[in-house]
Amino acid sequence: MSNNLLTVAYIGASALFILSLGGLSDRETAGKGNVYGIVGMAIAFAATAVSLEASQYGVLVSVVVPGAILGAIAAARVKMTAMPEMVAMLHSFVGAAAVLVGVANYLQQSQLTGVELTIHQLEIFVGAFIGAVTFAGSLVAFGKLRGIISSKPVLLPGRHLLNLGIVAVSVWLGIQFVGIEGTGGLQLLLVMCGLASVLGIHLVLAIGGADMPVVISMLNSYSGWAAAAAGFMLSNDLLIVTGALVGSSGAILSYIMCKAMNRSFISVILGGFGKDTITGEDGDRPAGEVASTTIEKTAALLETAKSVIIVPGYGMAVAQAQHAVSELTKLLRDRGVQVRFGVHPVAGRMPGHMNVLLAEAQVPYDIVLEMDEINADFPKTDVVLAIGANDTINPSALENPNSAIAGMPVLEVWHAATVVVMKRSLASGYAGVENPLFYKENTRMLFGDAENNLDMLVGKLAQMSGDTAERQRTETTVLR
Amino acid sequence: MKVGIPKEIYPGERRVAATPATAKQLQKLGFDVLIESGAGESANFTDDAYMQAECQIVADASTLWAEADIVLKVRPPTLHPQLDKHETQLLRQESTLIGFIYPAQNSELLDKLTASKATVLAMDAVPRITRAQKLDALSSMANLAGYRAIIEAANHFGRFFNGQITAAGKVQPAKVLVIGAGVAGLAAIGTAKGLGAVVRAFDTRLVVKEQIESLGAEFLKLNFAEDGAGEGGYAKVMSDEFIKAEMELFATQAKEVDIIVTTALIPGKKAPVLITREMVESMKKGSVIVDLAAEQGGNCACTHPGEIYLYQGVTIVGLTDLPSRMAQQASQLYGTNLYHLLEEMGGANNFQVNLEDEVVRSALVTQAGEVTWLPLKKVEEKEVKSQKSEIKSQKDELANSHSTLSQFATPASSPERTESSSHDLLWLLMAGLALLGVGIAAPASFLSHCTVFVLACFVGWQVIWNVKPALHTPLMSVTNAISGIIILGGMLQISGASSSSITILGAIAVLIGTINISGGFLVTQRMLKMFQR
Repeated sequence: MSNNLLTVAYIGASALFILSLGGLSDRETAGKGNVYGIVGMAIAFAATAVSLEASQYGVLVSVVVPGAILGAIAAARVKMTAMPEMVAMLHSFVGAAAVLVGVANYLQQSQLTGVELTIHQLEIFVGAFIGAVTFAGSLVAFGKLRGIISSKPVLLPGRHLLNLGIVAVSVWLGIQFVGIEGTGGLQLLLVMCGLASVLGIHLVLAIGGADMPVVISMLNSYSGWAAAAAGFMLSNDLLIVTGALVGSSGAILSYIMCKAMNRSFISVILGGFGKDTITGEDGDRPAGEVASTTIEKTAALLETAKSVIIVPGYGMAVAQAQHAVSELTKLLRDRGVQVRFGVHPVAGRMPGHMNVLLAEAQVPYDIVLEMDEINADFPKTDVVLAIGANDTINPSALENPNSAIAGMPVLEVWHAATVVVMKRSLASGYAGVENPLFYKENTRMLFGDAENNLDMLVGKLAQMSGDTAERQRTETTVLR
Repeated sequence: MKVGIPKEIYPGERRVAATPATAKQLQKLGFDVLIESGAGESANFTDDAYMQAECQIVADASTLWAEADIVLKVRPPTLHPQLDKHETQLLRQESTLIGFIYPAQNSELLDKLTASKATVLAMDAVPRITRAQKLDALSSMANLAGYRAIIEAANHFGRFFNGQITAAGKVQPAKVLVIGAGVAGLAAIGTAKGLGAVVRAFDTRLVVKEQIESLGAEFLKLNFAEDGAGEGGYAKVMSDEFIKAEMELFATQAKEVDIIVTTALIPGKKAPVLITREMVESMKKGSVIVDLAAEQGGNCACTHPGEIYLYQGVTIVGLTDLPSRMAQQASQLYGTNLYHLLEEMGGANNFQVNLEDEVVRSALVTQAGEVTWLPLKKVEEKEVKSQKSEIKSQKDELANSHSTLSQFATPASSPERTESSSHDLLWLLMAGLALLGVGIAAPASFLSHCTVFVLACFVGWQVIWNVKPALHTPLMSVTNAISGIIILGGMLQISGASSSSITILGAIAVLIGTINISGGFLVTQRMLKMFQR
C-alpha cells in the first residue's frame, strides 16, 4: 500500500475517533459513537497490516487473535461493579505497550543524526517514562480496587522527596542517555523504566480509596500521553492524535472529579488525604441523637410518600444492591410514586460508576439525575433513601468551615422531609469526617447490609400493596 | 435557666419574641419559659395557648424582668409607659438581653445598656455567613416585608395583577418594578409573580441576575459594564456615570410600570433617593409605590415614613411596620431565629457567651459594663470615602426559601481571581518561551508533529466537555480502547525488525494492545446497551 493511501487511512481513522468521542455526549448517539470508534480502529489496523510484508502475517495473527479473544472474554465476564478494576487493568496494558514499543524502537537503530537523533532519543525516553509510570500505577490501582492491596493511603516518610528524587534521577539518566550512540543506552533506559515504575507504584499507593475516581481518570490521561509520545517517536500522526484525544479526555475527567470534591489536583496527587484530619475531629461530635429505624417503618414511610429520591453511593456497589434498588424503584413507580436518583459526581470509584450500575439494573436513565439537576428539589421531597452514601451527603461540607471537606459540593438531602440512611454502621466515611446528617431530627438510620435490607423492604412493600389490593377488593364486594 | 418574654411596648408593635410553638422548642433546650400576660395577644397568641405549651404566665413586666435570666425582645428597649422606667433599668446585671438593638443608630441606648452591665446580643448584628442563616432575623423579617409590600400594593392598586381575557373584555397584567433584589426584593418579586404580574427588577450586583430570572422576573440591565457586588453581599457604591444611567432607566420605567417597590438600604445610613419627585409625577394615575426603605428616609423623594397617602394620583406607601402587620407569622419566624441563637449558645445546660464563636461574637453588643460591639468598620470607611451612596440591598441570600439562589459569589473570590490571572499570565509566558525554544532547536518534522499534537489536544478538550457525566464510564472504556491504537507501534516494530528480540517486544505490545482494543470496545457496547429509558 502506498504511503499516501496509508496517510489517508490514518486521517479517516482520526476523524472517526473524534466522532466517536463526540457521539458519547448523548445517550442516544453513544452507541453510534462506539461503532465509529470500532470502524476507525479497523481501518487503521487494516491499513497498517496491508503495508506490512506478508512474511510477518504469521506473527501478527498469532498475537492479534488471542489478544482479541482475551479482551472479548474479559469484556463479557466483567461485573459492572468491577468496571473500575477493568479500566485500571486496561490502562496498565497501554502503559506496558508504550514501554515495549519504546524499547523496541530504541533497539531498532535509527538512521537519524544530530538534533533529530537527540529529539528521537528524548521521545523514546519520555515515552517509556510515562508508559512505565502508567503501567505500574495502574497495576497498583487495580490491586487497590480489587482489595488485594489495602485501599488506605500508604504514606512513607519524606514521600515527596522520594518522588522528586526519582524524577531528578530520571532527568539525569535522560541527559546521559541522549549522548550515547547506537543502542549503548539500553541499560540506562531500563534502569529509568524501573525507577519510573517505582514512582508510579508509590504515587498511587499514597492515594486513598475514595480518591480513586481522580486516580483512574489521571491514569487514563497518562495512558493517552504515553500513546502520544509513542506517536512522536514513530513519527506517526494517528498515534499522536489519538493519544492527545485520550490524554485530554482523562485530564478533563480528573479536573471534573477534583472539582466535585473541592480539592486541588495537586493535593490529590500528593495523596495522604484524610490522614491528619481524623485526629482533630474527635471532640467535635455533632449534637443530637441518632434515630434508628426498622424495615417496617421505612416501608410505611415509602408507602405514604409522593416523591422519593434515592441517593446511591459506593456502599451500593459494594453490597451489589443495584438490582434490589431497581426492583424497589419499579414497585414504587407502579404505585405512582415519583422516584428519582441523585448521583454525586464522585460517588463510586470511577467517573460515572453509579450511572453504569443503575443502567445495568435497568433503572430508566431519565430518572437518574446529576447533583446540580436535583439539589433544588430536595425541599419538595418526602423521603430520601441514601444507600451507602456518606461524604457526598455530609452537611458539614456546607455548614462547618473547619471541616476537612468544607466547600465540597454535596447533595443537600437534609432538606427533604425525611432521610433514611442505609448504612452498615455509624462509621465515618472515607474523609474521616463525622456526618452530622445522622444526628439530624429528620434522619432515620437503617443499619445492616444494604442488599438484605432492600430485599426485605421490597418484600414488605409488595405485601403492603397486596394487602391494599385485597382490602379494596373486599370493600368493593361489600359495597355490591 | 429562665427565659422571659415581655410584652412589646413600642407603640403599634404587634410581634412577640416567642410563640407557643417556639416556646416548646426552647423548653426542649432545657429552658423554663416565662411570658408576660398578654404578650402574644396582638399576634393572636392567647395566654391560654402559652399555658398549654407549659409556659409560666407572669402578670407584670417588672416581675418578669426580675426573674428572667435571659430576656427575649423584638424592639430595642424603650421607656416603659406603665412603670415609667426605661427597660434597661429593669434589666438585671447578670442577665442576658437578646433582641433588635441597632447599635449604630442608637448610641444613647448603647450607653444605657452598658450602664446596666448586662450581656446584650443584637439580632441585627448577626454576621451574614452561611452557618448563621438560620438565626438571621434581618433576613426573615425582610422576607415578610417583601411579601407584605406586594400585598399592600395590591390593596391600593385598583386593578388586577394578572392579565385576563373575560367576557367583559381583556385585562392587561400589572407591571411591577422591584429595585434592589435582596431578600425583601426577591420575596416581592416572587409574590408579585405569583399574583400574575409582569415583574421587572433592577440591582447593581450582576450576580443576582440569575436569582431574579429564576423567579421568572426580567432583569433590567444597564448598558454599562460595572458590577456592584461589594463586600459581605452588600452592593458597593457605583460611579457617577453609572448612577446617571441608572436614574435614566428608572425615569423611563416609571412611565411604564404600575407598581414600584424599592428596597435599597444602607446599613446605618440614610437610604439613597432613587425615585425623584418628577418620576412620581410621570407615573400613571392609580399607580402605587411601596417604599421599604421608608424608615431610613425612603428611596422615593415623596415618601412620608409611616404613612400611606396620595400624591398626584399615585399612592405612596411608606409603612415602616410591615413585618409587624403580619405579627403571627413574624413572631413565629423571629422566635425560631432566637431559638437557633440560644441553641448555638449551648442551650440551658451549657449556656455561655463564647467569644470564639463568630456568630455570638458579632452579635454581642455589651458585656459586663463594656461596649463589645464591633461596628462593620470596613463597610463604613468605604462609605465615608465615597461621595455618593448607592443601592445596598438588605441581603443577597434568600437561601432558605430558594436554595437554587444560594449560588452567589463569595466576597473572597475576587482577590483569588486576580491571583489566578497573574498565574495564567505566567503560564502563558512560560508556554511562549518553551515554544520559542522548540522553534529554534527542533527540526521541521518534529514541528509538524507538534502542530498535530496541539490541535488534537484542543479538539479533545472541546469534544470531551460535552460528554454527560452519566456517560463518563463508557467514555473511559472507549478511550481505553482507542488508546490501544498503540498496537500500530508494535506492528511497525515487527515489520522492520532487525533482530528477533525486537520482534518479540513488538509482538507482546501488539498482544496486549489488542486485548485493550477488543476489551474496551466490547465492554462499552455492553454498557451502552444497558442504558435505556
